[in-house]
Amino acid sequence: METTWAAGKMAPFRQGVQAGAAIAIGYMPIALAFGLLAKTTGLTFAETVLMSIVVFAGASQYISLSLLAAGTGVFEIVLTTFVLNIRHFLMSASLNEKAEPDALWKKALYAFGITDETFSVAAMKEGTINASYMFGLIAMAYGSWVVNSGIGYAAGSGLPESLQESMSIALYAMFIGLLVPALKKQRKIVWLAGLSALFNSIGTFALHLSKGWSIVLATLLSAIIVQWLTKEGGNGGE
Amino acid sequence: MNSAIVWMIIGMGIVTYLPRLLPFVLLGGVELPSFWQGVLKNVPYAVLGALIIPDVFFIQDDLSFGVIGFVAAVITAWLGANVMIVVLAAVAALSLYSLFV
Repeated sequence: METTWAAGKMAPFRQGVQAGAAIAIGYMPIALAFGLLAKTTGLTFAETVLMSIVVFAGASQYISLSLLAAGTGVFEIVLTTFVLNIRHFLMSASLNEKAEPDALWKKALYAFGITDETFSVAAMKEGTINASYMFGLIAMAYGSWVVNSGIGYAAGSGLPESLQESMSIALYAMFIGLLVPALKKQRKIVWLAGLSALFNSIGTFALHLSKGWSIVLATLLSAIIVQWLTKEGGNGGE
Repeated sequence: MNSAIVWMIIGMGIVTYLPRLLPFVLLGGVELPSFWQGVLKNVPYAVLGALIIPDVFFIQDDLSFGVIGFVAAVITAWLGANVMIVVLAAVAALSLYSLFV
């Protein structure tokens, strides 16, 4: 998507903000619902917003609520969170390859904002990424996440149910919108995405792996197999 | 605030931040073998495949929600629409669908 946007001479921060708009919209229904669910789980407003500020990871925040409701201990909740978010290791390692040499403290700052969504958008951007771009991108995603968590709690309701249902497709549609143009360009990418989709389905349905492990293993396996099969061809890159 | 909850939040924050941070620290100036550089370049496309499938089909109890949203997104993306349009088209398709269910 960035071909049109990046073509201009827009400052990286603004470019990041624009690219983050789709994430901001996609986070809205999820964050609103999280705020609402946190309230019904018995968290205070401050705890709810604090969690979104400190953790900034949707799936694990949801799971922590259902574990709390089930009376699970803190240690186990933290451990579950860790397993679910190990996949970010892979994402950061991949982004590191296309990151411009910014100061480490800047990288450490934007590393905090790496989610499935910010990663996907940044990784699909043409060329390199730098701290300014990442700050713009993450400001949108993080802002939407934190603010809408608070609104969901305070308002005591999410979006109207039918809109909430329709908007549950938003982030998936964003992933599809990022992936499809790449698929059209290169057959190798069809294999990468197809194999990992297959492996993740097997991991989920046949092996009953947790979501965290299933995504990590499917991604790694697919990325390694395709690399191994194509390395003879020479051009492993774009 | 309940201190057990606050500790839980801090713990969750730490174990979430570490995997996000460590690669930048550990791999900062490291030149990886070309095979692994290639693997890491493959990761985004593989991640997207796994993030989309199978979860997209289970966004609602009604399976057709996911299927319709998926198809709407793939078609608009295939036609070359930018990401924001793809998102809006998929949401619009489902809003339309839910009018008729």
